[in-house]
Amino acid sequence: MIDELKIRQDFPIFKNLPDLVYLDSTATSLKPKQVINKMLEYYEQYSANIFRGIYKLSQKATDEYELVRQKVTEFINGNSSSEVVFVRNCTEAINLVAYAWGENNLKVNDEIWSTEMEHHSNLIPWQNLAKKKNLNLQFLQFNRINGELELEKLATLTDKTKLLAITHVSNVLGTINPIKHIVQQVKEKNPQCLVLVDGAQAVPHLKVDVKDLGADFYTFSAHKMLGPTGVGILWAKQEILDSMPPFLFGGEMIKEVQLNESTYTDIPHRFEAGTPDIGGVIGLGAAIDYLNNINMEEVRVHEIKITDYALRQLEHLANVTIYGPKEAEKRGGVIAFNVDGIHAHDLAQVLDKDNVCIRSGHHCAMPLHTALGITASARASFYIYNTLEDVDKLVEGIKKAQKIFINL
Amino acid sequence: MSDDFYKEHIIDHYKNPRNFGQLEKADYSWKEFNSLCGDLISIQINTKKEDGNERVSEVKFLGSGCAISMASASLLTEKIRDMTLNEVGKIGKDNVLKLLGIDLSPARLKCALLSLDALKHALVEGKNGETDNN
Repeated sequence: MIDELKIRQDFPIFKNLPDLVYLDSTATSLKPKQVINKMLEYYEQYSANIFRGIYKLSQKATDEYELVRQKVTEFINGNSSSEVVFVRNCTEAINLVAYAWGENNLKVNDEIWSTEMEHHSNLIPWQNLAKKKNLNLQFLQFNRINGELELEKLATLTDKTKLLAITHVSNVLGTINPIKHIVQQVKEKNPQCLVLVDGAQAVPHLKVDVKDLGADFYTFSAHKMLGPTGVGILWAKQEILDSMPPFLFGGEMIKEVQLNESTYTDIPHRFEAGTPDIGGVIGLGAAIDYLNNINMEEVRVHEIKITDYALRQLEHLANVTIYGPKEAEKRGGVIAFNVDGIHAHDLAQVLDKDNVCIRSGHHCAMPLHTALGITASARASFYIYNTLEDVDKLVEGIKKAQKIFINL
Repeated sequence: MSDDFYKEHIIDHYKNPRNFGQLEKADYSWKEFNSLCGDLISIQINTKKEDGNERVSEVKFLGSGCAISMASASLLTEKIRDMTLNEVGKIGKDNVLKLLGIDLSPARLKCALLSLDALKHALVEGKNGETDNN
């Protein structure tokens, strides 16, 4: 069992802001001192560039950086660290695939499939590619009541379908999509169709096993899993990654350079042109250590406990609509909702007065909100440091807002 | 200025917005989105010529949004009635904030100024429905 009070002591922000009720970990997580200190250690003790120097400091930095690639590989159960590419964020990881794989493998009238519940990061890159190359986009719908994807449409997948780009966990509905089952269905219909999974909301909260899922690409961000901002991860099957040309060009990604021509280095460094966020990657390593120390199964148990409690508390409130699955076991630790007569922005503003941080708006998922027939929602999300009392404060704040807006 | 956001008059304008609705025919119109939250305001204006000045004779708005964006649209449309277009053109951020009577963070400022943006676009680019924006 997670002792969240003990965990909270690892997060300096709670010392600086003792009244903070942080319910926006879906946007970005808080950072424990272990991560902050590890980055500080890099900047204070061996802040050299990597793959450059013969001197000890550069070697130390390179070792630490590459060690994290190994940690990431083990954390998601990849085959080899050469399948792990460090980029800026999850969005960039998806863009990398759109440019380096999509531009070179898709042709007129090919299909890309996605879903109505995607974060814009897993939609706009494909829209853009589709426009450029005259591709067709198809979307799986979700059930408006229980937030689950309607998978029947997968039976109509064709030889022209070259990619399914799908989120593992919805950042609004919380729905945990049955990725393994979906990948099997896709591959049965068309073994040539690749599957890209946006794991931004999954890796921080669930035990993810990319081999078991069977996906071809898997992307996520460090900053949502206790790590720093500025680092994203693309995992891809080795043979696919190996077949892809570079996305960005410059230093670090070359073998031999002449004035008119160059050869490119092997994966994964072929996709890491220029000096990367060395300190950030090293910080991510400490975040993975931290999560491993707690154990991802425990993380999940804790989130189910908080989410279940929050669902029940919110259900008891009058005039509150909750979106997505009704059972905590079927969703990640995120709950989007609306309160009748109160716009999400206004609710967030009232809550902010008592230092309760929630997200309001469309959460970078406008088509999802359109499908639900709304323009905005309020969203509370939970992580290892949240307590049942945090949920109580949320509920108090909603009641306060109802008093201001409804009972005036 | 007050830090108490939801003063009575804001809630009142939010719940009972003035000039809420649609004109059958409008001399100027515009639809403006707040990309931050997806909120929307469309504004319609009719004018009349008086003493060589073009004045706002009728104004209506439609939209969905937070209390701040709806109240500011309601207050703004009340204010501009009978103003010359020249005068309307001079309305700025500070005037809207004064109407609301509260301090706003940059994120909420966008909510407050959505109707002013719609209004300015309508008068500059939205004449006689010549554009496809509505």
